[in-house]
Amino acid sequence: MNKHTENHVVPYSLYIYVLAGLLLLTMLSVGVTHIELANLTVFTAILLASIKSCLVLVFFMHLKFDNRILQILVTAVFILVALVLFITFLDYNYR
Amino acid sequence: MSEHKHKSFREENGSYKGVFAWIFSTDHKRIGLLYLYAIVSFFLIGVLLGALMKLELMAPGKTVIDPATYNAIFTLHGVIMIFLVVVPGLPAVFGNFLLPIMIGAKDVAFPKLNLLSWWIYVFGAIIALSSLFMGGGPPDTGWTFYAPYAFKTNTNMLPAVLGAFILGFSSILTGINFIVTIHRLRAPGMTWFKMPLFPWTLYGTGWIQILATPIVGITLLMIVGERVLNIGFFDPALGGDPILYQHLFWIYSHPAVYIMILPAMGAISEIIPTFANKSIFGYKAIVISTLAIAFVGYFVWGHHMFTSGMSGTALYTFSLLTFLVAIPSAIKVFNWVGTLHKASIQLETPFFWAASFLFVFMIGGLSGLALGALATNVHLHDTAFVVAHFHFIVFGGVGFAFMGAIHYWFPKIWGRMYNSKLATSGWIIFFIGFCTLYLPMFFLGVTGMPRRYYDYVEKFHGPNIVSTIGSWVLILGLIIIIYNLIRSAYKGEKADKNPWGGRTLEWTVDSPPTLENFDEIPVVNRSPYDYRKNLES
Repeated sequence: MNKHTENHVVPYSLYIYVLAGLLLLTMLSVGVTHIELANLTVFTAILLASIKSCLVLVFFMHLKFDNRILQILVTAVFILVALVLFITFLDYNYR
Repeated sequence: MSEHKHKSFREENGSYKGVFAWIFSTDHKRIGLLYLYAIVSFFLIGVLLGALMKLELMAPGKTVIDPATYNAIFTLHGVIMIFLVVVPGLPAVFGNFLLPIMIGAKDVAFPKLNLLSWWIYVFGAIIALSSLFMGGGPPDTGWTFYAPYAFKTNTNMLPAVLGAFILGFSSILTGINFIVTIHRLRAPGMTWFKMPLFPWTLYGTGWIQILATPIVGITLLMIVGERVLNIGFFDPALGGDPILYQHLFWIYSHPAVYIMILPAMGAISEIIPTFANKSIFGYKAIVISTLAIAFVGYFVWGHHMFTSGMSGTALYTFSLLTFLVAIPSAIKVFNWVGTLHKASIQLETPFFWAASFLFVFMIGGLSGLALGALATNVHLHDTAFVVAHFHFIVFGGVGFAFMGAIHYWFPKIWGRMYNSKLATSGWIIFFIGFCTLYLPMFFLGVTGMPRRYYDYVEKFHGPNIVSTIGSWVLILGLIIIIYNLIRSAYKGEKADKNPWGGRTLEWTVDSPPTLENFDEIPVVNRSPYDYRKNLES
């Protein structure tokens, strides 16, 4: 049987923990705006947003239980977007 | 039932009649042909606009049109050729028609979504072209819509930008469809490395379409936001940054060059082994270089912006990455030439197009290195050299591959052969016209003639005359090619299943194919370019 067609029973508690984590990270994203981080401001905001997206993808969208090829493809897309942003900031941070 | 099975897809109208049997058909082959007819029509409009520009440049000063019209014409030429012709070009036409057949499927994964893509394409094209007929006149910004001028001009910017935005959706949906089709619908036994190279390039292209197109969509919406709501994204007067526009625009538009060229390379990779009658040299190297181009191609956009005022660090990085992306392209060229080494070459029209593709693509690629180097770029930036370079890549690369592809798959699509002598005459005239048209632009650029200029000093007169004459020769070649293909589609000799001796699956089905392509889904147990003798195809 194909791995991604199997049933995965995930305890509700896990979803509650993930939800709590997401709320905590949201508060953190608001909180860090009060700290002067200079060049790291955008980096911090994107990092926190990326962690939140990963939590949603992995647990709520069941990527954790999906087949390997999809996990690789999603990871590759994240790396690609991160590199595009990194290169863009090679201009803005050093101008 | 058996009679039903052997009707070609052209005879299977479904529940509609006449033109409705085409525009409401979810058959991938009919959709591919709908794209073909639309794209060729837009291409001919683009050619006429280009020819008009060349006619104007035949002599200094005013020749046939005024400066404002000239600005509008080069913008429309770019918008039509890029967004309506070369970006959808090979994937939408040959990808739609051939991808399912080449991987042993009956259709794409989402046939209705496929038809929706075509409708969105037509809708976007109508919106973009409506800018021609509205009050303010067609846009005059160039196809790049650069800030801050794009926010200040009184011409019809918004329809052109919205049209490009809508066309992006068509591109994304086609990309999703092809990726899912390749993942889910390959025939039994067709592992990833038994898949032909044209589907491989469509796979790489699909990812670029999905990941890069939304960025230009958002950017174009930001233009609308700035023009309509005065939000300061790009205009310095409103606190914006014009270079941010260039970043966002090229983050899409450079990978878009690979949306255009990868399927072109895929078509060439199909033509060359067939006419060399030999297995392609370095199949895996070509696959890996396809994926490498698709990946590294995302990170080189800044080479369009070397003189924009970016940071030095960004300049060095983009220059280095630009040189890196040349490597996988060169690997492909090496492999194609390697395939031809000691081959028994069949000299037919598709092969001539493929061979001339190699010639013009090499000139385009090598001139690209001159533009990728920081020092020479400063001298050549925004000169006619750049125009020559990208026409050698986009028209020479994609255009020649498109012509090669249509001559290669013509018997499969229409079930008839064309007049080979006329086709070859058309090719040689087109090729001579192409070189006469664009080679002088390299010299014009190096000696300082800027691009997009209406007028010029006397010293540029000679090469401009040669270039204009080249445009006439090219059009003559084009007329011969189109006449031959249209005539042959109706009156050509009947083609059998495999007139060229190809090995990929499309040559095992009827010409033209039946509605569901295969009576039975084939089982694949050999490599796609297995040219061992006495092999059952």
